[in-house]
Amino acid sequence: MSITRRIALATGLAVSLMGTTALAQDNVRIALVAKSLGNGFFEAAARGAEEAAEELGNVEIIYTGPTSTTAEGQIEVINSLIAQRVDAIAISANDPDAVVPALKKAMQRGITVISWDSGVAPEGREMHLAPSSDALIGQTIIKLAADQLPEGGKVAVLSATSTSTNQNTWIAEMEKVMGDYPNIELVATVYGDDLADKSYRETQGLLQSYPDLDAIIAPTSVGIVAAAQAVQDAGKVGEVNVTGLGLPSEMAGAIESGASKSFAIWNPVDLGYATAMLAYNLATDEAEAEPGAEIGMGRMGTATLDENGQAAMSEPFTYDASNIEEFKSVF
Amino acid sequence: MSIAEGTRARHVPDRLQSRSGRILRSWEVLLGGIAIAIFIVNSLASPYFLDPWNLSDATFNFTEKAMIAFAMALLIIAGEIDLSVAGIIALASTAMGWAAQYEAGAAGLICIGLGVGVICGAFNGVLVTRLGLPSIVVTIGTMSLFRGISYIVLGDQAFNGYPSDFAFFGRGYVFWVISFELVLFCTFAAIYGVILHATNFGRQIYAIGNNPTAATFAGIHVARVKMILFLLTGVMSGIAAICLTARLGSTRPSIAFAWELEVVTMVVLGGVSILGGAGSILGVVIAALIMGMVTFGLGLLNVPGIVMSIFIGALLIGVIALPRLIRLSRTGRVA
Repeated sequence: MSITRRIALATGLAVSLMGTTALAQDNVRIALVAKSLGNGFFEAAARGAEEAAEELGNVEIIYTGPTSTTAEGQIEVINSLIAQRVDAIAISANDPDAVVPALKKAMQRGITVISWDSGVAPEGREMHLAPSSDALIGQTIIKLAADQLPEGGKVAVLSATSTSTNQNTWIAEMEKVMGDYPNIELVATVYGDDLADKSYRETQGLLQSYPDLDAIIAPTSVGIVAAAQAVQDAGKVGEVNVTGLGLPSEMAGAIESGASKSFAIWNPVDLGYATAMLAYNLATDEAEAEPGAEIGMGRMGTATLDENGQAAMSEPFTYDASNIEEFKSVF
Repeated sequence: MSIAEGTRARHVPDRLQSRSGRILRSWEVLLGGIAIAIFIVNSLASPYFLDPWNLSDATFNFTEKAMIAFAMALLIIAGEIDLSVAGIIALASTAMGWAAQYEAGAAGLICIGLGVGVICGAFNGVLVTRLGLPSIVVTIGTMSLFRGISYIVLGDQAFNGYPSDFAFFGRGYVFWVISFELVLFCTFAAIYGVILHATNFGRQIYAIGNNPTAATFAGIHVARVKMILFLLTGVMSGIAAICLTARLGSTRPSIAFAWELEVVTMVVLGGVSILGGAGSILGVVIAALIMGMVTFGLGLLNVPGIVMSIFIGALLIGVIALPRLIRLSRTGRVA
């Protein structure tokens, strides 16, 4: 069944490639599947995908997803996309394993399947596009602090829990590149356990223990908000800069007050754009998803796949006073 | 009016008044008509609808929910309700996932799924029949209780690594495009149809729903019947949990979230009176088909899920209101 379909598809593709008119008429239909609809992050990603579609010309973006973030809801969506014979499915999965059988079925029927943002187990997709990589995040958070300290200075890290895998990896990656910033001294790492009140108290402790502290790096969206609040309440705005990873909607106040000069997180518009570009290139057989492959992402450069078929889009996007207004309503 | 009553004279109605019996008869006809209309509209609206494999995939949209809806229909006809069914699925699935970590086989997992269903059903049943608490209150409580346990056990984690032969119950095909779940759905439809419409037990359910006091005086063990119905609903939720877990191959505490509302919608759309005492399994079967076709048909047109919910809601109100509106306009004309 699937073999005959593949042959039919291959011949169909060959025929459409032969005549340029046929190609122009045949839109490449790329489905962008969100974890759930009505979420600003995914709406922004869909806008990015539309931007890619406009750039490519013959692409139709189908932005869809379930109403609640459940795996069974996404499977219903996938089934209806398979039935429509879309050319590509790009999914941010609610469950990396549960959607695998449905996505396998999609691939058997000749549909290009990739995951983005929140990945799918390797057997259920051709490749995964992560918004960033651990190394890039580690490099970005120290650069954010260092950029505001041309003369050098003392920085402290406010992390989540001491056992948080993500934060520990990012801090380790950050320490690897500390040599590039000889004037920056890392004086302490404290843990706010991703609780607003504990993060706030830990920040107060830092401000008291290190009166000459210049920056606090909080690679956690809970910690960064609490730290900015603590700095503001201590009247240290302008003396201590809070930076790290945060959400624009939650950080808009801190940027406005000056407690935070800048912070970073992935840009969903870029992510949607890059995802659509990758899906297009794979669906039109311009590229093959195999370890080491370099696949174009339009204005976002190229994605290089590792041995697990994963790629990182870029370093996190920096948000500051110049763009916070635009993004604070997005996510 | 008199002609219609004449032809129904020897029909023993499932309701006390023959007028209701007549509406009941026309209800399935009305639903069937709507189902056919939706089928035709879907076929015209999307070129992908009439494809055996696509239709087969679409059956998964309703089979598991409908299995619970059969038991729920009996419960609602008897004047009770169970809103904890999705919670039972979450708890049963979590228990199965936990057992799968200790290398439990497919048979063991099924026993656990059914066992959790029975225990949860019994818990609801005891609270309602022994303590005399209203079922809607009890099951709103147990809805959070059962799912809450799953959240405590799993947090943001997931259980997976189910044995490969277990997957058959959710992904297996018996013959060509006929999935195991579809066969199960048809089998249960037949079983519940017989129980409700052709056994003493079924008659007792209607009697209790119409007037529990009169039923008690007629010698019906009201509490026992209700207890059995809660157990049945629990077991069916356990079976749905087995199918869904096998289909997903993974358990998260959000599994089957908000399914209780879809199940109740299916039952009410199927013509079961939410006040109890009336309804049929055929109606529930057609309602399941309608809901499955509507969600799949709108999915093919890439209508966002929230619009789908609005459509289902409107359909429910429309279908419920239609017979009343017709009756109103008739009586209006007579008067």
